[in-house]
Amino acid sequence: MATMIETAKELLQLGTVAVVVGYEKGSGTRRRALFLRAADQVDRLVLDERCAQNLAVYLSKAEVKELGRPAIVATVATLRSILQLASEKQFVEGQAVFIAIGQSGDARVLSKLSEIEEFVRSGSSVGGEKSDLEVGPTEIQALPRAQRWEFWQDELSKCIRCYACRASCPLCYCKECLVECNRPQWIPVGAHREGNLYWHVSRAMHLAGRCIGCGSCSEACPVGIPLYLLNAQVAESVSTQFGHVAGLKADATYPLSAFRPEDRESFIK
Amino acid sequence: MEVSSSAKLIRKASLGEFFDRIRKGGWRIVGPVRATSPVIRREPGETPVLWKEVQALDQLDLHATQTTLSPKELFFPAVETILKYRFTGQKVEIDPLESDPPQTVLFGMRPCDARSLCTLDAVFGWDYHDHFYESRRAATTIVSFVCTQPDDNCFCTSVGGGPGDTTGSDLLLTSVSESAYLVEVLSSKGEALVAAASELFTPATGADDKLSCLPSIGKEPDAAGISQKLPSLFSQEHIWREQSLRCLGCGTCAYVCPVCTCFDMQDEANLSSGKRLRCWDSCAFGLFTLHASGHNPRKTQAARWRQRVMHKFSYLPERLNVLGCVGCGRCSRACPADVNLKESLKQIVEIQG
Repeated sequence: MATMIETAKELLQLGTVAVVVGYEKGSGTRRRALFLRAADQVDRLVLDERCAQNLAVYLSKAEVKELGRPAIVATVATLRSILQLASEKQFVEGQAVFIAIGQSGDARVLSKLSEIEEFVRSGSSVGGEKSDLEVGPTEIQALPRAQRWEFWQDELSKCIRCYACRASCPLCYCKECLVECNRPQWIPVGAHREGNLYWHVSRAMHLAGRCIGCGSCSEACPVGIPLYLLNAQVAESVSTQFGHVAGLKADATYPLSAFRPEDRESFIK
Repeated sequence: MEVSSSAKLIRKASLGEFFDRIRKGGWRIVGPVRATSPVIRREPGETPVLWKEVQALDQLDLHATQTTLSPKELFFPAVETILKYRFTGQKVEIDPLESDPPQTVLFGMRPCDARSLCTLDAVFGWDYHDHFYESRRAATTIVSFVCTQPDDNCFCTSVGGGPGDTTGSDLLLTSVSESAYLVEVLSSKGEALVAAASELFTPATGADDKLSCLPSIGKEPDAAGISQKLPSLFSQEHIWREQSLRCLGCGTCAYVCPVCTCFDMQDEANLSSGKRLRCWDSCAFGLFTLHASGHNPRKTQAARWRQRVMHKFSYLPERLNVLGCVGCGRCSRACPADVNLKESLKQIVEIQG
């Protein structure tokens, strides 16, 4: 039964991968991403409930790509991001391999997309259980509309438009983000009421049917806005209306751009 | 540490009265408020602490290590309108906005943030005088409290400051006993506040030892020589690349920083009128230095991280004689990728040759 560390060491020593992207101890009790290239430093790798950052985000970073083929220490959240990226043709099988920890604690190397799908289906993994998700979307939805609006006006007024939410999201991989287009300026740049609302609603809509619910955006937010609530609401809506859940299959079609005759048209009165 | 001869004492039990008298004297009070939400159940210590206008002392959290966002937003807001304009036929009429801020007391600053105002003053006044910034600055009195709970991210002592530093404050309060604060009156603005409630203050006896009440913050890294060292490290790309590999290129560090001042100008307009906004910007963004030609002199995150460190510790000292960092630790606390400036500076200091 191989451990994560033994597996990582072997992958590096054999030259199967050029880098192991995992977690190590960070500042204080935090965990941070580690880009390990030296096999003799594998003991730096850790995997525990504090490892919540979604490492799939680094797949699209140029300087990480330059390091060479990676093995990524993957929580279920990371693996689901990969499946969604594969569906969007942003991830090619073999581009990276994944070190995932089964329920019995053994480390497995997943390289085929079908293996990743199987692993996600079986629901086995450890890592990243500590989650910021204290309140479920239904509690917010249960609030009367006026109060819900108040809640969001209040939360979004804290937003300083740092885009930590976008930067930490593996599915926000656009080279030029919508908000960076200024001809026309679709979304106001200023961190005022209108701009903040447009930004967060736009991002939530752009992630409709794509967000896998890792919560990294909410963890990243320096002012503690519970962004996951917006994404969870949209995900629930997509699930109800299209029967689609993101990040389970490597070849899923995108419900908002695919037409099926069975699609409900109850909104046409 | 010498305490000035005009130092006073105020009983902690009288702080609320002092607060109320300041408000009665016509000042608006803004201070650190711990965020709560009726819906989100976070432990009190985990919620952000933000600068808010307050009406009563008990609304403030004066014991938090640090506010989440720096007080620069009170002088240099995240977004502000600097002018409005109107098209009438072929003519453009410009309405430059006046800045007439209310008299304000920032109640609950930390010495690192008070110190940051010196760097902000230098940047906003070095050739062109920014009247939006300077008018707010002139209208604001700084009441700081000496730190009691620094954390591992604090490194003010490495950059010329300290938990009891008086630089930039108008009043500095130190908890010298269970029942009293030592109050150093450091300017005429500070005197004016004390005068609003003079009977609450008694002269300091000299027996109150401020130094013994300061928490210990080790000088780590010893950043004194860093400004001299940095130019020679500019082209050593592996340093900057390794330090920034996990950086995600968001704007959090620049935005929470008390001395980062980069901004973006944005017009919001229709065919007949519009307004010009000044908005925060960050050198960490990929598009920050993108030229219209398509060339980007800082194409990699490593180049942008290098810029951040060089600007704070090399260019600003060289050009304006001020350091671009007060060691408040906010960038490290807030960074979603745990890029730790104190740690990065230590690595730089330890580089041989």
